[in-house]
Amino acid sequence: MDFIIQNVLNALQWGSFYALIALGYTLVYGVLRLINFAHGDIFMVGAYIAFFVSGFLLGPVIGLSPAMAFAVTVPLTMALTSLVGVTLERIAYRPLRRKGAHRLYVVITALMCGLILEYSNLAVLGASRLKFPELIEKQIWHLGGVTLTNLKVLVIATAIVVFLFLQWVVTRTRVGMAMRAISYDKFAIPLMGIPSDNIIVFTFILGSGFAGLAGLLFAMSYPVLEPFMGMLIGWKAFIAAVVGGIGDIKGAFVGGFLLGFIEVGVVTVFPSTYRDLFAFTILLLILWMKPTGLFGMPQSTKI
Amino acid sequence: MRSTLTRLLLTCIALSLAVPAFAADTIKIGFNIPLTGDIPEVGEGSKNAAEMYLADINGAGGLEVGGKKYMLEFIYMDNESKAESAVNAALKLIEQEEVVAIIGPNSSKQAVPGGGTANDNRVPMISPWSTNPDTTKDRPWVFRAAFLDPFQGPVVADFAAKKFGAKTAAVIFDISNDYSKGLAEIFKSSWEAKGLGPVVAFESHGTKDQDFSAQLTTIIADKPDFIFVPDNYNQVALIVQQARDLGYKGPFMGSDAWGTPDLIKLCGEQCYGQYFSTHYAAAGAKGATKVFIDRYMKKYGAEPADYAALTWDSIGLLVEGIKNAGKVESNPRKMRKAIRDGLAAIKSFDGITGSSKFDKEGDPIKCAVVVKISDEGKFVFEESVCP
Repeated sequence: MDFIIQNVLNALQWGSFYALIALGYTLVYGVLRLINFAHGDIFMVGAYIAFFVSGFLLGPVIGLSPAMAFAVTVPLTMALTSLVGVTLERIAYRPLRRKGAHRLYVVITALMCGLILEYSNLAVLGASRLKFPELIEKQIWHLGGVTLTNLKVLVIATAIVVFLFLQWVVTRTRVGMAMRAISYDKFAIPLMGIPSDNIIVFTFILGSGFAGLAGLLFAMSYPVLEPFMGMLIGWKAFIAAVVGGIGDIKGAFVGGFLLGFIEVGVVTVFPSTYRDLFAFTILLLILWMKPTGLFGMPQSTKI
Repeated sequence: MRSTLTRLLLTCIALSLAVPAFAADTIKIGFNIPLTGDIPEVGEGSKNAAEMYLADINGAGGLEVGGKKYMLEFIYMDNESKAESAVNAALKLIEQEEVVAIIGPNSSKQAVPGGGTANDNRVPMISPWSTNPDTTKDRPWVFRAAFLDPFQGPVVADFAAKKFGAKTAAVIFDISNDYSKGLAEIFKSSWEAKGLGPVVAFESHGTKDQDFSAQLTTIIADKPDFIFVPDNYNQVALIVQQARDLGYKGPFMGSDAWGTPDLIKLCGEQCYGQYFSTHYAAAGAKGATKVFIDRYMKKYGAEPADYAALTWDSIGLLVEGIKNAGKVESNPRKMRKAIRDGLAAIKSFDGITGSSKFDKEGDPIKCAVVVKISDEGKFVFEESVCP
């Protein structure tokens, strides 16, 4: 029994990262109908930003205590990462949108932006891996046969809080209403006096900011950073978002945890080579039965 | 008009034929090493050692073969720590650069496929660091400087049984890495052959994996006396930390892939006090090994890891092979054959990673050492095991 509970906790932690990244995919898709393939790499950039910010705060110039550094790193990382996201939107996606380029070209641009982020990182920082500093003192709790760390609890709690926050923003606020409106009809919305560019920038701030938060938490949980760390997890989170029903906040959240549970569950029972085979077969079956994903609706308002 | 054209064409052909004749004064050697990817530290160390060797030889006016001095030229090709890129890098070195011999790839994951390419194209290759038997098996053109996993596996098993008084063992390994998988399997059979107890868990993961909690939960539930982790250093750091987070308190045992300074950088205090088997221990070295370590330290400001020392020895072996060949052919194909025969003729070799004898397959028979990671993060000699 302990064994099962332990693995449920493992899956919750792993699924939290998928969910946090999937939320970013889904936000941007929901508003722009754009699959922002650079999102996994924004997550990677977030982890690196967190590394440098915390290194600077812990360093001799500022010299904060780790706990204080953590408290400052969270907002700073989110702000700087959203800046990266907004910059991408500004220099890559918006010009194409202005010229009325087909969505396909924007998706390809996103893919290229992701590769540019990866390889510019490789070129500037080199291939050597970085070790993320310990920001919060780790506590290991033993509850019967189950082991829990404070970090694990933090990660899972963050995923849930972020989900609830985004759900609230999209469904209960005026900005959220504008986001849904753009998704519904992007040509009529400017005519209503809604500044659609600002709303789109806001969407990128939200998505990238939480990708930065995910990057920070990921780097704290798995403290080895490398330029390609966001690639695979980004793709998988995207698939999770699609299975949940891309464009739907609830779908991204459920899809992320679903993928986490399937992956951990398969590895628990079978050799690890079967993990992706089983995981994606199950996801394929879900899409086969429900092509729009668990919570998706065919071609109506997304988000 | 026509005759001018023909003459021009002929001159061109004559010139292009003449180029290899000029090039015959240098001997071109290719390096197939991981400068980026999962283990960039390994490629960097190999390159550093090679640059040092190159400066030595060329600084002395070149390598003397058959009474004439030849300059050496080293070409470094990045294999991105990937199996398929190792094949491409080997082909590029062979076809475009027309090297007469290849040093590397280091890790078995790249050395097994890279060795196949070198053997098929009849180019002598020496892998410094690969310990998987398949790298040189049935490949007359492929050689190596390191001991083999069928030797390393029992060394680890014996040491753990003695040091930890272990009865049961668990293994976690990278299933997509020839080195890790091969060594894990050899360890398992040699542990079971000892009759002390079973290997209670035998869990695998993929190269890009970052979360090992499911595998480690299974391992910890089986309560092993120690966990054997034949993995690359970047994964070791994550595995050790996650196992501790899940409440594992016992020891870990590693293999030669642990032996990089980056292990300490990434793993930190959590790796202190653990043991691993390797090719040499930098701390407390004597003789030529000490000279090499001191020079390397002075030049690059860091202790050379085992792959740097093994690269040095591989170049030493190659130089020995070239000298055995007796003369330098301008035709790379003939030269390759001569070097291969020269390498095959080496019966024993005294390198900075110990002296070795060569068996029929061209594999060295040499000693392994077990080192402990000290509380300062240094690799300290624990014991030496000879075949």
